[in-house]
Amino acid sequence: MQLHDVWFVLIAVLWTGYFFLEGFDFGIGVLTRLLARDRAERRVLINTIGPVWDGNEVWLLTAGGATFAAFPDWYATLFSGFYLPLLIILVCLIIRGVAFEYRHKRTEERWQNGWEQAIFWTSLLPAFLWGVAFGNIVHGVAIDQQKNYIGGFGDLLNPYALLGGLTTLLLFTFHGAVFAALKTVGDIRTRARAMALRLGLVTAVLALAFLTWTQVHRGDGWSLAALVVAVLALLGALAANQLAREGWAFILSGLTIVAAVTMLFLSLFPDVMPSTLNPAWSLTVSNASSAPYTLKVMTVVAAVFTPLVLLYQGWTYWVFRKRIGVQHIPSGRPAGPAGPAAPAAPAAES
Amino acid sequence: MQLAIAHDTIARWQFGVTTVYHFLFVPLTISLAALVAGLETAWVRTGKEKYFHATKFWGKLFLINIAMGVVTGIVQEFQFGMNWSDYSRFVGDVFGAPLAMEALIAFFFESTFIGLWIFGWDKLPKKIHCACIWLVAIGTMLSAYFILAANSWMQHPTGYTIDPVTKRAQLTDIGKVLFQDTTLVVVFHTLTAAFLTGAAFVVGIASWHLWKAKRKPASADQRRTASMRTSLRLGLVLAVVAGLGTALSGDTLAKVMFEQQPMKMASAEALWDTQAPAPFSIFAVGNVQKGHNSVELEIPGILSFLAKSDFHSPVPGINDTAAAEAAKYGGKPSDYIPDIFVTYWGFRLMIGFGMTSFVAGAIGLWTTRKKWFLAPEFRTGEDEPPRLMLTRTRELGPTLTKWSWRIGILTMGFPLVANSFGWIFTEMGRQPWSVFGLLTTADSVSPNVGVGTQVIAFSTFTALYAVLAVIEVRLLAKYAKAGPDVDERPPAKDPRLRGPGSDEDADRPLAFAY
Repeated sequence: MQLHDVWFVLIAVLWTGYFFLEGFDFGIGVLTRLLARDRAERRVLINTIGPVWDGNEVWLLTAGGATFAAFPDWYATLFSGFYLPLLIILVCLIIRGVAFEYRHKRTEERWQNGWEQAIFWTSLLPAFLWGVAFGNIVHGVAIDQQKNYIGGFGDLLNPYALLGGLTTLLLFTFHGAVFAALKTVGDIRTRARAMALRLGLVTAVLALAFLTWTQVHRGDGWSLAALVVAVLALLGALAANQLAREGWAFILSGLTIVAAVTMLFLSLFPDVMPSTLNPAWSLTVSNASSAPYTLKVMTVVAAVFTPLVLLYQGWTYWVFRKRIGVQHIPSGRPAGPAGPAAPAAPAAES
Repeated sequence: MQLAIAHDTIARWQFGVTTVYHFLFVPLTISLAALVAGLETAWVRTGKEKYFHATKFWGKLFLINIAMGVVTGIVQEFQFGMNWSDYSRFVGDVFGAPLAMEALIAFFFESTFIGLWIFGWDKLPKKIHCACIWLVAIGTMLSAYFILAANSWMQHPTGYTIDPVTKRAQLTDIGKVLFQDTTLVVVFHTLTAAFLTGAAFVVGIASWHLWKAKRKPASADQRRTASMRTSLRLGLVLAVVAGLGTALSGDTLAKVMFEQQPMKMASAEALWDTQAPAPFSIFAVGNVQKGHNSVELEIPGILSFLAKSDFHSPVPGINDTAAAEAAKYGGKPSDYIPDIFVTYWGFRLMIGFGMTSFVAGAIGLWTTRKKWFLAPEFRTGEDEPPRLMLTRTRELGPTLTKWSWRIGILTMGFPLVANSFGWIFTEMGRQPWSVFGLLTTADSVSPNVGVGTQVIAFSTFTALYAVLAVIEVRLLAKYAKAGPDVDERPPAKDPRLRGPGSDEDADRPLAFAY
């Protein structure tokens, strides 16, 4: 196994980590409209991911940075090629981050409502678009001899990629519902389980279709194994959810994401972005990668810091392990970091 | 070809707008994180409430600011691939490494521990809570370090070879990229400038509160005044120290740049012809076509001193440097001359705005001094606004007092302007290169991204950023004017991580909730 193969695995790990973690917080964002009945419940959902969403998002930045360092051509082709979908994702991530942080800073109805709408849409769109993007990566796109994508925006919206988008959207929302059941208490917890069941069943159909299509198109024995694991894990998650074993349900819904993303990367290897114009123009782990020295440096850095990151991020989840419910949400006054303080906000506003 | 010109023009504009905008938040984030960490440490160590209130107050403004810094940073990482794919292919082997390190080492640090700090007030023992904000502060500085190492490599490529087959840069020595003199000096300059930015921000807001308390003592809360007075002093000390550091590091950086990019420094001075001794220009109106200034006002010898530490050394001018670059890289000399108007005035505005803040800080530090240097009848209590004292027994008159406080308030944003012009100067002074001597900006752009697409992206970002700027500034103003919430009490007893007492009231509302 050469260094660029190791880095292919590491990039896969980073994307998998990103989809596992931000998967449920995109799901939570979508559920603020589907599951929550009022503002207090929306706040319960938002606060289940409050302390962790930012750290989760850094997995994306690291995946992007690592791709830049280890596979410059992959980075260049992907981001210049999938320009408009990425633009939409970036805009969503910008608004979403600000929305979490600013929503509670004013008490006006219009303000809070606006940011809540924003949280829903900016969680839904990236959850869908990442699936579209990965569908296209695996499927292959029109890449010319100079490694540039020469297709249009419309070509990215092919049926296979759109199915991929729907699959990730539903899978993340399901993962979010399972997470909500694990992290909340009270009425919303029961409803989260009920919703997880419905979402899970739809997800199972979509995921099976998308992954089978992938398998037929580009699969081999290994990817088939990952496909089987993904489907079994999803069914297991549904069963655990029905038995109210929320911890297990979450582990298994997470495993579904891990297995599904693994399957995509397995069917990709050794290409990183296949060309539909000419197989010889495909970007591969060897023709898109950095030189061995850079890979060696980055391997050392990754070997030292990745375990450290896992350790302290894991600790964060432990610190905020408590379930929360509507009774834990401070009253409607804007709670800055200073707690329930109302700076210059007349009571009439709320 | 017409199309291709517009092509990289829009990408340049997008990079300029998004970068300058992002860098409005970065220096405030870096300095406020450290300031809040310092204040929380003071609270943990002394238990004084004024420190607690100051921590909470500046913490709130810090969070409003960092949210924007974080989200606008995402664009920075991805637009290299989107708009500058040929650049990314050429430099990825070298440039990608510090970027990936930034994400893996610094971003994870910041983002994880900021979550713990925001939500951890009632969950973490206060020492651990305080450690979290320190880790955030360290994370912000590490992040600055890695990204400046990447930028320094663009200014002065080192530790690489050009691969004979692919014709791309290839890393040969990561140590040189991370520790070359350009990197170290730029990091020092940027961090000190960041602290000057935070200092001016704190001084401005504290001045606003103290001046109000001075004018309307009846409505002022003494605890608020105490916390603002501490903040003011902290800000003033920081402004002087950081201002001095910025000036010294700026001087060193200029000397480095005279060696590495003579064109940048010549254009900073609109020094058309090589001169010995070279003068420092105060004011100039240039004529680019003819290659000289039509009007100029200058101090003899100073530029030689800035470049080489003596008053006589020759400093190469724009015309000679351009001719030398043309001989080395081909083309016409005029291809190698950056926009002199922008570099010349950018350089001056950077220094002017930055040093005004430094001087204002120094004057403020002197006039607000207390105790030892003042006659007893002029001393003020910790919870009163200070009197502005010129000498031991002489207070500033009412008009000067009024204007001193006002200047404190009005110069709040000066370093932000200085920072912006600093970046505009250093990036535009490097043109036509994106990587100095190796790759031009025109050759860096994504060949496959159409002008229409770029226009969509550029206008989207500009519009979104404009809207967010309005929202952010109004929110900052609202919270800044409200001042510290002095009725808030620190947790009655130190929270515990586990065991009895960590969870005594299961239904207690969260200390902080989104």
